[in-house]
Parts: sequence; structure tokens; C-alpha cells
Amino acid sequence: MTELAILWSILLAQVMLALAMAFALYRIVKGPHAQDRVLGLDALYINAMLMLVAFGVRTANTVYFETALIIALLGFVSSIAFAKFLMRGEIIE
Amino acid sequence: MSHLTDLPAWAAIAVCGLLLMGAAMTLIGSIGLLRLPTFYDRLHAPTITTSGGTILVCFASMLCFAVLQSRWIFHEVLIIVFITVTTPVTLMLLGQASLYRHRFEKPQDVPLKQGPHAEKDRE
Repeated sequence: MTELAILWSILLAQVMLALAMAFALYRIVKGPHAQDRVLGLDALYINAMLMLVAFGVRTANTVYFETALIIALLGFVSSIAFAKFLMRGEIIE
Repeated sequence: MSHLTDLPAWAAIAVCGLLLMGAAMTLIGSIGLLRLPTFYDRLHAPTITTSGGTILVCFASMLCFAVLQSRWIFHEVLIIVFITVTTPVTLMLLGQASLYRHRFEKPQDVPLKQGPHAEKDRE
């Protein structure tokens, strides 16, 4: 019974996160400015990371959590690089 | 059957609630990213809600595996620390980059610089 409830709530959470990813993807495709696209990418990677954590709760597999950690780190670096590029036109000065 | 059958009822209810609240918070942030009118409004919506959603979802996972005692919960702690530290930095840098570009492209739409170096930059 508890297993069923938790599986359904994980499924519902994953559906919500997928919807959030779809909205972020729409902002990447549509975004009127370059900075909107970078912001959409930022939201997209955090949503993908939360999706992987939800998969990890479901399967108890450590690989999902390690993947989520790597996505959190590399996504931050990529967002900073994009913001720097938008500001200066180059990343390493 | 699986590891989730061993979870007691109170922990299962708490895990369900935290997961759903975290996912709903993230969804609200993404709806804000979709619907708000200007970039400076849109900047706030996903950044603040994704850090909250990450904290809630990682708390759900930590509670689940702390009660089960089946795996080490250090990954979630690290994810929470990284996300809460890095998200405001991203917000600030993106906002600065956007303001710089906006000021360069359409200076009449953006308020002028305030502060000690404002006069020098304006010329």
C-alpha cells in the first residue's frame, strides 16, 4: 500500500517535472533574446537533475544521484560561461 | 518486493508530500518562466523556485534512504549545497549581462547608472 502510494506520487512528480522541462524548452526555442535562452537552459538542467533524483528514489540506484551531482556542477559552469559570453563576447580574457 | 515496501507509513507519507511539493514548486517556477512579460521578471521565477524545489525533492530522497538505511545520503547534501550556492550567482551574472546588453542596445529604456562612477561612464 505504501509502496503504491509512493510510486504514484513519484510518477506524478515526474510528470510535473517533465511539464516544467517542456516550458523551459519552449523558452529556449522561442526566447526573444539570447539571455532568455540561457535562462531557459538553466531551468532545463535543474529540472532534469530533479527528474534524475526522482528516478533515484524509485530505483535506489546510486548512479542516478551521481549523475544528478555532475549535472548540477557542469550546468552551473555552463551558465556562468554563457553569462560571461553574453557580457563580454568572449569567455576567457 | 522492492526497497519501497520496507518504508513505514509515516515516512512514506512524508516522502510523498515532500516530492510532490518540490515538483509543484519547480513547475510553478517554469510556468513563471513561460508566462511573465519581461526578461527581468522571468529571471526571478525559475531561480528562486528551482532552489526551493531542489531542497524539497532532495529532502524527500534523504528521508527515504535515511529511514531505509540502504545507501549513503551524501549525494543529496552535496546537491543541495551546490544548488543553493550557485543559483543566486547565476541570477546575478545573467542579470548583469542582460542589463549591459540592454543598455548597449536601447539606452533609452534602461535607467541610468547610479553610484560614484556614474558620471564618468555616462560621458
